[in-house]
Amino acid sequence: MTTEPNPTPKEPSRLYRMWDSDLAYAFRTAPVAIAATLVALIIIGGAVFAPWLATMNPFNPAELNLMNGFTPPMEPNAFTGETFLMGADNQGRDMLSTILYGTRTSLFVGAMAVLFAMVLGISVGLFAGWRGGWVDSALMRVADVQLAFPAILIALLVFGIARGFIPDNLRDQLAIWVLIVAIGLSDWVQFARVVRGATMVEKNKEYVQAARVIGAHPVKIMFRHILPNVMGPVLVIATISLALAIIAEATLSFLGVGVPPTQPSLGTLIRIGQSFLISGEWWILLFPALTLLALALSVNLLGDWLRDALNPRLR
Amino acid sequence: MSDPLVKIDGLTRRFDVSKPWLNRVIEREDKQFLTANADVSFEIGRGETFALVGESGSGKSTIAKMVVGLLAPSAGTITFDGQRIDAGAGIPRSLRRRFQMIFQDPFASLNPRWRVGEIISEPIRTFGLMNATDARKEAGRLLEVVGLSANDVNKFPHEFSGGQRQRIAIARALSSKPEFIVCDEPTSALDVSVQAQILNLMRDLQDEFGLTYLLISHDLSVVRHMSSRIGVLYLGRLVEVAQGKKLFTEPQHPYTRMLLDAVPDLALSGRRRRPVEGEIPNPISPPSGCAFHPRCPLAFDRCKQEIPQPRQTPIGQAACHALDHAVA
Amino acid sequence: MAEPLLSVRDLVVEFPTRRGILRALDRVSFDIMPGEVLGMVGESGAGKSITGAAIIGLIEPPGRIASGEIRLKGQRIDNITPEAMRKIRGKRIGMVFQDPLTSLNPLYTVAQQLIETIRTHIDCSEAEARKRAVALLDRVGIPAAARRIDDYPHHFSGGMRQRVVIALALCAEPELVIADEPTTALDVSVQSQIIEVLKDICAERGAAVMLITHDMGVIAETADRVAVLYAGRMAEVGPVREVITEAMHPYTAGLMSSIPTLTQESDRLVQIPGAMPRLNAIPTGCAFNPRCAKAFGPCTVERPELIAQEGGRQVACWLYDEAKRREVPHV
Repeated sequence: MTTEPNPTPKEPSRLYRMWDSDLAYAFRTAPVAIAATLVALIIIGGAVFAPWLATMNPFNPAELNLMNGFTPPMEPNAFTGETFLMGADNQGRDMLSTILYGTRTSLFVGAMAVLFAMVLGISVGLFAGWRGGWVDSALMRVADVQLAFPAILIALLVFGIARGFIPDNLRDQLAIWVLIVAIGLSDWVQFARVVRGATMVEKNKEYVQAARVIGAHPVKIMFRHILPNVMGPVLVIATISLALAIIAEATLSFLGVGVPPTQPSLGTLIRIGQSFLISGEWWILLFPALTLLALALSVNLLGDWLRDALNPRLR
Repeated sequence: MSDPLVKIDGLTRRFDVSKPWLNRVIEREDKQFLTANADVSFEIGRGETFALVGESGSGKSTIAKMVVGLLAPSAGTITFDGQRIDAGAGIPRSLRRRFQMIFQDPFASLNPRWRVGEIISEPIRTFGLMNATDARKEAGRLLEVVGLSANDVNKFPHEFSGGQRQRIAIARALSSKPEFIVCDEPTSALDVSVQAQILNLMRDLQDEFGLTYLLISHDLSVVRHMSSRIGVLYLGRLVEVAQGKKLFTEPQHPYTRMLLDAVPDLALSGRRRRPVEGEIPNPISPPSGCAFHPRCPLAFDRCKQEIPQPRQTPIGQAACHALDHAVA
Repeated sequence: MAEPLLSVRDLVVEFPTRRGILRALDRVSFDIMPGEVLGMVGESGAGKSITGAAIIGLIEPPGRIASGEIRLKGQRIDNITPEAMRKIRGKRIGMVFQDPLTSLNPLYTVAQQLIETIRTHIDCSEAEARKRAVALLDRVGIPAAARRIDDYPHHFSGGMRQRVVIALALCAEPELVIADEPTTALDVSVQSQIIEVLKDICAERGAAVMLITHDMGVIAETADRVAVLYAGRMAEVGPVREVITEAMHPYTAGLMSSIPTLTQESDRLVQIPGAMPRLNAIPTGCAFNPRCAKAFGPCTVERPELIAQEGGRQVACWLYDEAKRREVPHV
């Protein structure tokens, strides 16, 4: 039997293949993407390693010195002589440390909310797209109705309902999880829509039919065959959603329905800071706000770039 | 046929192509159905290649899908070695293992995110035929059977050309050791020089493993080259079934004759292609009686009123009123 | 010898990619004489459609004509402005593509599209243009053309749509029609009708045709001469009967014998081993040498150019170079 020429050159290493891939190349030649990644990495890194990077744990009352209250940035405190890079807030907490810890909370809530939305959205999308018919219509109508309400409204609603059910003594402990569910629930629809659309395309492709011919279980076909092929757009939405979720969390915390005061996020810090703006202590508001802006913007830019890079028509 | 491997009896499939309910109510329309196949019956003997030819709208791919259980028939039965294949009721694994399918587009039939080894061994794992290590070895062996290298198991489909991908698809079809393979236009997405390689490979594998093929194709020269018997479909109905090469020398049904006349003449024998009159009607509203009558040079009154039933011909069966008259 | 209508010389089309420049066409030369049908065959990726696109200036960027010349009646058309090319397209060169829907605008009736095209290129009144359009539709075999001309493209079946496209391509009386896989999307029984119409109507009007297709059967029936492309290079050019019945280039010979016919008796098809190389991995020397049973010394070293043969044939193969053969006598 004659064969087509089929040389087997030495397998390049996995790392080299990743470096050489089209996506990596597109990344290497996109300065905006590189800058955005750097900014995002610095902020995320700071948040993750906050306990080691911060000069103090701002939520440990033992480490606080009220005398340091309202110290402006880079100026020694009149009483204690201590200097803070970004100043100190009304309780004498180092702003930089507070922001590092606050970003930690914000990122945790944002990432978990996106994860929740992703799992829910992917499952609903796969199921609706695979089954089609009235199941699909029903699920997608629910999604449409939800999309008609602003995300913050839904989050507020969920939050309010959850408060009514959760006993007082658990409220602070569970608040953060309620927040995650609230933001996640307001965000799953776009995952579901994209996955459903892509599933409807993929399920008619012949590789899916080949799996059906041998009687592979539908759940296996959905998750092992179809899901890997629809992950591209899902990742794009996840990135952009992360930015939105962080902002949503900040908004809710700003409105005072978010995380408990013992675990302030960037939104809480901004809420606290804005009351001192008029009295001239600008740094208590400005630095958390800038951090939020930089984080949301860099993640969003990264998502935008990823969407373009994965879209073959724009390449 | 004494003991056919596959027996298809009165196979019919309708698709609901109606507009949504609300539109129907507002526009006062009835439900609309497209009859992809109507009352199709044939048998496939062990070790033979039975081909179905037809143009678009003939329903040949719908039959293929029903035979492998991807679609449930609206009426009629498919029997595989005495057991019913019924997509609606569920097909037992032991039966599923015995038939496989090769698809038209080798760029769509392999999951782009899977490695070739995983793709080929999927049927082995799904049917639980071997443990993981053996399945991997088997995938390598099958690659060599279809003319590729065992080292290719770690590659992804995009690293292969169209012809090589079709070989991988064939290796996957072989991995559950089936007796029967439905080949849906296996070479129509390939270039001619590669087509020859794949057709030769299919024949070699048939001899080696005693396979039975159902070959779906629109290309009469491919069908002639590969098949022991041929069924000709027109608008969802089987108009003629005949012994392989005889169909090309003694076509009985006027549609078969028309199809043969339309094949481009590569031998430059000077035979002028006789352009065919008309086009294929819309399958949602097929002509009454014999669906071919508006294009048929032999049509007479009865053809417009009565659907012809298959009758014996010297080379097989054909469904045509004109044949009745010739005899009577 | 008469002056060729279209003359392509050493045409090179390149597509820059980040892994280097891909040569889709590598020094392709051929002529089309007035009124003749030239068939352009080759496997997918051989460059036949790109040749057509290069002639009408429709190569998708970043692809570009890197060198070579294209002349229409002696006038260069490969380096003219897009506006000048737009005037040539439609007026002097008509186009028929595989999918009729890419050539027809779904928002306008067939009449609007035909009349507009006619009036863009020919100075005449609207009524006169309409009369021409109806006559043309009637000629390409649209029944009740006077009534159906006011229908939209989606009212026509696939075969009828391709007839409309042919009418559109011919309405400004071009000298050359480039037909890129005009029948590939159609059923066999409709294919023969379309080929017939295209061939007859071009013959009537003296338009030359460049027929791009992978279907040797269509070429055999339609073309006067055939050009065989392989990996972006011309392998063989010659009168269709000779090329099909006694191919000179080993690739053409292999290609021809690998096609199953309605008369052959053998059980196995002749197959060419391997597949056409990808554009980034074209072997040195003759692009076909790794698959060629007759390859010898020079084939792996030096690329063969088209060598003129008897009977107006040309073949790019060292087997037909006497000097090279003498160097390696045992072949």
